[in-house]
Amino acid sequence: MELLIAVTLLALAVFLGVELITKVPPTLHTPLMSGSNAISGITIVGALLAAGADHSTFTAVLGFVAVTMAMINVVGGFLVTHRMLHMFGPRRRRAAADQSETDGEDL
Amino acid sequence: MDDWAALGYLVAAVLFILGLKRLSRPRTAVRGNQYGAAGMLVAVLVTLTDNSIIGFEWIVGGLILGTVVGALLAVKVQMTAMPELVALFNGFGGGASVLVAAASYTQAVDLATDTSRLSSSAALASLIGAVTFTGSLVAFAKLREALHWSGFPGITILSGLGVVAAVVFAVLTVVDAENALWLWLLVAVGAVLGLLVVVPIGGADMPVVIALLNSLSGMAAVAAGFVLDNSLLIIAGSLVGASGLILTQIMCVAMNRTLLAVMFSPAPVGNGAEVDDIYAGKVRFTSPDDVAMLLESAERVAIVPGYGLAVAQAQHAVRDLTRRLQDRGVEVVFGIHPVAGRMPGHMNVLLAEAEVSYERLVEMDDINPTFEQTDVTIVIGANDVVNPVARTDPSSPIAGMPILDVDKSDVVVVIKRSLSPGFAGISNPLFAADNALMLFGDGRQAVVDITKSLQAF
Repeated sequence: MELLIAVTLLALAVFLGVELITKVPPTLHTPLMSGSNAISGITIVGALLAAGADHSTFTAVLGFVAVTMAMINVVGGFLVTHRMLHMFGPRRRRAAADQSETDGEDL
Repeated sequence: MDDWAALGYLVAAVLFILGLKRLSRPRTAVRGNQYGAAGMLVAVLVTLTDNSIIGFEWIVGGLILGTVVGALLAVKVQMTAMPELVALFNGFGGGASVLVAAASYTQAVDLATDTSRLSSSAALASLIGAVTFTGSLVAFAKLREALHWSGFPGITILSGLGVVAAVVFAVLTVVDAENALWLWLLVAVGAVLGLLVVVPIGGADMPVVIALLNSLSGMAAVAAGFVLDNSLLIIAGSLVGASGLILTQIMCVAMNRTLLAVMFSPAPVGNGAEVDDIYAGKVRFTSPDDVAMLLESAERVAIVPGYGLAVAQAQHAVRDLTRRLQDRGVEVVFGIHPVAGRMPGHMNVLLAEAEVSYERLVEMDDINPTFEQTDVTIVIGANDVVNPVARTDPSSPIAGMPILDVDKSDVVVVIKRSLSPGFAGISNPLFAADNALMLFGDGRQAVVDITKSLQAF
């Protein structure tokens, strides 16, 4: 890829990111953060290439550690975001989830 | 990379974009997150078909180990511990970018395929990634309250020296490319730098740091994308970088501080000298029974939560009180300051966990004009964000910071452990105001007691 094309991609993607994120309401800032955090685990692509390249044991080990770290970031990030967002769900199983803290009153 | 792979990466990039778009509304956000995860799956599968991948043992090992650890952490975490977990994940992302850059660079140096573009992007990825890694780990330790150290005098000077050293090693990495040592020295300096910059930051400044580190992990991925010549890393990394920067800016505006001030000047601390003058004889105390009596006759109640709500795990108790009041026909709203808690949107997540409907959570600018029509405002574990000094005293450390105007409501009940100052270290005249009542105690217990008394009526 030519350097100029790469830089163009970078600039356009930043503008797109700004447009997308400005619309997110404060209520969703934490899930947004953990969700975008999981996307930053995209570096796993490079980690896989390094771990599988069969260049030297040293680079393979670097790749292995990188795959592990990126995967923690990706799996953990998406899962925890899912857990959080689930709580924001519209009118979800209110009655069922109530037993613990409340003493039986309704909404 | 063949055309099919490039197409696959494009699909992944589009899924990330659609995912972020859907994250902007509570109703579609779950789906948005799934789009993001699907994009990641596509990216991984496409990469695995790359014919430069020869051995799979390291890959499979890493994938399994990472999945198990990540899933365990994500499933076990308590909602109150969310900020530190996000910090931790963020650190791992940064660390992975460092290693990716280092591995590519080592390979290129060994095979003599190194170019100045590759080495300069590798230098950038290693530096940003290393700062993100240690910075996030420090943030993690601070948020867990495992680390209280806030540095030593002159730490910013040392950080400055670190920046100079980083520039020198980065240049050497590019110029003297036969020697991989420079890159590792750069990584080491970056790691120390992350430590030095984040250690002095604490408390209320934490949301800014978390947002900034989030942005940095995206930028590290962008730099790794330049190393690998991979469009997907550049696009996805830029999206994250932009998102983190916007959140950082929102947090800074909400505190009326600049990013540089947050990072390089320790939090402004007021002198607690006149505390006695301000509070002496003027603070009025109350009991759960009296608060219940007030609430009993109120028509509109506002609840303002702060970090103390998270510490006391009071979100469920607050939900119960809210329902009790609603059953009595009282209108209850929540006033959320943008920097309440330790990360952007922290209070919203806690209240959502307790099933408080997000429609009740009102942003600062929207709730402020309504305080005058509010009968009772209950402040739980918040201090600086409701301190009227920000409006009145231009010489105060928090002067100009946008605050919630709780003092304009008829009665303000402040639930707090003591009169001790908040993070800014300044006294709060609100506590001594004529319409303010202090209720000392643990946030959760106090709210439970109020709810109980309310039941007795």
